[in-house]
Amino acid sequence: MVLLLVVAMGLSMTFGARDVGWSEIVAALYGQVETIGEAAVASRLPRTLLAILAGAALGLSGGVMQGLTRNPLADPGLLGVNAGAALAVVIGLAWFGIEDATLYIWAAILGAGLTAVAVYAIASLGRGGATPLRLALAGAVTTAALSSLTTAVVLPRGDIAGLVQSWTVGGVGGATRDQIVPVLPFLFLGLVIALLSARKLNLLALGDDTATGLGEKVALARAMAAVAAVLLCGATTAVCGPIGFVGLVVPHACRLLAGSDYRWLLPFSALGGAVLLTFADVFGRLVARPAELDVGIVTAFIGAPVFIWIVRRRKVGAL
Amino acid sequence: MSEPLRSDQRCLAAAGIARIRRKRARRRWCVWAVLLACLLAGVALTLMRGQSFTPPMTVLRALGGADVPGVGFTVRELRLPRAVVSILAGICFGLGGVAFQTMLRNPLASPDIIGISTGASAAAVFAIVVLSMSGPAVSIVAVVAGLGVALLIYALSWRRGVTGARLILVGIGLAAMLQSFTAYLLMRAPSWSLQEALRWMAGSVNGVQLNQALPLFIALLFFGGLILSCNRDLEALRMGDDIAEGLGVRLTATRVSVIVAAVGLVAFATAVSGPVAFVAFLSGPIAARLTSRNGSLLIPSALVGALLVLLGDYAGQFLLPARYPVGIVTGVLGAPYLVYLIIRDNKSGGAL
Amino acid sequence: MSSPSLLVHDLMAGYGERAVLDDINLTIPSGRNTAIVGANACGKSTLLRTLSRLLVPERGKVLLDGHSIHRLPARRLAQQLGLLPQSPIAPEGITVLDLVSRGRHPHQGLFARWSSADEAAVAEALEATRTTELAERAVEELSGGQRQRVWIAMALAQQTGVLLLDEPTTFLDIHHQIEVLDLLVDLNRMRGTTIVMVLHELNLAARYADILVAMAKGRIYAIGPPEKVLTEQMVREVFGLASRIIEDPITGKPMMIPLGRHVACEPSRDRVEEPTKNTPGAELRTWSDRHPAR
Repeated sequence: MVLLLVVAMGLSMTFGARDVGWSEIVAALYGQVETIGEAAVASRLPRTLLAILAGAALGLSGGVMQGLTRNPLADPGLLGVNAGAALAVVIGLAWFGIEDATLYIWAAILGAGLTAVAVYAIASLGRGGATPLRLALAGAVTTAALSSLTTAVVLPRGDIAGLVQSWTVGGVGGATRDQIVPVLPFLFLGLVIALLSARKLNLLALGDDTATGLGEKVALARAMAAVAAVLLCGATTAVCGPIGFVGLVVPHACRLLAGSDYRWLLPFSALGGAVLLTFADVFGRLVARPAELDVGIVTAFIGAPVFIWIVRRRKVGAL
Repeated sequence: MSEPLRSDQRCLAAAGIARIRRKRARRRWCVWAVLLACLLAGVALTLMRGQSFTPPMTVLRALGGADVPGVGFTVRELRLPRAVVSILAGICFGLGGVAFQTMLRNPLASPDIIGISTGASAAAVFAIVVLSMSGPAVSIVAVVAGLGVALLIYALSWRRGVTGARLILVGIGLAAMLQSFTAYLLMRAPSWSLQEALRWMAGSVNGVQLNQALPLFIALLFFGGLILSCNRDLEALRMGDDIAEGLGVRLTATRVSVIVAAVGLVAFATAVSGPVAFVAFLSGPIAARLTSRNGSLLIPSALVGALLVLLGDYAGQFLLPARYPVGIVTGVLGAPYLVYLIIRDNKSGGAL
Repeated sequence: MSSPSLLVHDLMAGYGERAVLDDINLTIPSGRNTAIVGANACGKSTLLRTLSRLLVPERGKVLLDGHSIHRLPARRLAQQLGLLPQSPIAPEGITVLDLVSRGRHPHQGLFARWSSADEAAVAEALEATRTTELAERAVEELSGGQRQRVWIAMALAQQTGVLLLDEPTTFLDIHHQIEVLDLLVDLNRMRGTTIVMVLHELNLAARYADILVAMAKGRIYAIGPPEKVLTEQMVREVFGLASRIIEDPITGKPMMIPLGRHVACEPSRDRVEEPTKNTPGAELRTWSDRHPAR
């Protein structure tokens, strides 16, 4: 896995609108920006870093969400959490005029958190609790409603329309070091909490009653896991915009490798997410040369078929 | 069954329940009449009020063809087409939406959520941005794509028969993919077609012509008739596939004809007005509350849909601080409805 | 109403690759009350689903009055063969009257209006299940037993000669279980409706059914009156359980008492057979003791 990640990083440095040689990469990593190739690499470095961070965060947050909701279809994008983060940021821009990057992130996390709770509440209404079907539907409905609200906020404000447009598709292109640094503490905190909650997720997987019987404080465990998931995907969305399906696909793939023990599954998901997003970013740069395909589109086109495959594989009763 | 009923007792019992049934039928007609009256009032309102107020008699004379200076054009060319298309599109969305919700037994499973409207919009944006099409050609592409996506969803969820749950989930998956495709197209769009595409995406009845209403009307007659003819089978489907089959409903035939009809309605309406958000989603549940689940929902939902689009458009034009297309108004209405779903007592949620 | 005959011929059925039922030949006695029993996953629900056309068999036929049920037009079949699945869904907010009226679906054409025959059938179904007073209530407000009666009323309104029920007593307490089974027996006796039900509870099946069908591993193990089918050997081979069959002191039907690990098998037999006066088990003799011929 780690090896794969290194390969992905290498590729991400090498390919782009312009291919560069190894010597240029090495030189650029030592800080030279004399040739065009070296400059290209210098701009690709933060981008690759961001892809790795965002991928890891999304993969991890997807894994935590799937464990938390005991639901194989949980994903920050599908559950509308990204849309919530986007709306919060847009409102912040349009009404409160926030510009500071940290405030951005706080707004996104707030939006993500509120949406996550709302979606889960809608899905758990009525008999039978939050089945995968209900959760996915509630997420889709919420996304639609939030997108309408976002459009309604933006429409009279021509001045921020361009800014918002880039929010509809997630990407890591054009990342700078200044953008990445403010999210680091949030991601780190999310990572720590997520890994701490792994053991609790193992118990939650057995059902609330059994977990209580085994001496776990279910409410606390849920809250912890939820905070971790929201921190991770909110912060990522604040920087990259909505990137869907990474959180869905990666934990499923990792379950094949690492089994269903969350203590192993979560770290694997983080690594897997980083690998997937980096590869997706490279792929997006390669197919549409000299333009690029945003990574959010690439992941949607990889993720949707996987999603449908998961749905088809499962028994009807389990939906 | 302690004793078999004597025939006079049986008559008495039958008369008793016949009375209940008549009472409920009367109430049902009442709701229909009220809805219809609201709709007519809405039409009158939109015909009379615009940037300027036109007295009712003048409106009538203008509609009758009399050439009232300054008013004839406004009423006949601006307000009337808008009202007619709003109503037709609203009926289409309402019928299509409630047919899906009933068939899939889930109030959240309306065609705008499970990918059909998304498919139509993605195709339309593609036609506008990449193929530089405009006018009726875009509509045709949208209709074809809507039907195509529905077919694809049905095929992908086929695994020894189709179940509602799988259909919904596959639809959501495809919708997510199509959305990001649309977003990508919009980002890459040159600014002249971006405007057109955005207007289309938002769902709007701005500047519609009366001749656009004709295909919509024909589609409504054809597909709407098909749905109404399936009404009884749809009602049986609400009790689950097994019971419905036990009652002699041919599952596949009913499903296919309902899907074709509902998708046809939604796609044609989308082609004219764009995907007016949430009308298909909201009409059924609103109608269900209004009728307190008395009888079939098809007709009330159609009326509610028409009302939503008509009034949403009016509100977007004149009641709000900025001018919004109708799709934004109805879209924003959807959010509080969701909140209402949460607040409402927890007993339902699973069914329409 | 004369009951149509229901016949299963050389049936093989299952889900995809996995054959659940194999080589089933069965004649459902018409006008009788038949219960299908068997261990979990023995194929009894699958058999009922095949009988009720919900599942298309891989091979073989289900014949209703000589016609293959999978070929008959759906509506005509539904006029003769009613069905109540295990946990039916009541649409939100539907009233009892509306739900029971849905049972008339197969009798109505595309544009047919609600007729007085429809009304009479619904009235009778409500009356028979003692749910007339509930007619205006919403189904979801009812208790489990009432709700099950309403569903049976819907099936009654369908006025079919054959009624198939998949575990009609699950999730009901013992009082309501008896109530539902009594109702089904009434129905069978007064209308001559052929009833086929899957039942979990062996003793209730033996008591209420005229005919027991015991299934094991996708095949029919035995069919016949409860006295013939419910034997210690059957319980051992079908359920893998050691038991004793005694005679129900009230109805005279056979009754199964599971032994389990904590009752020593042989000594208990001695104790039961020993006619000691003051032990409560004294009068209870095993079925095989009474009928040594079998």
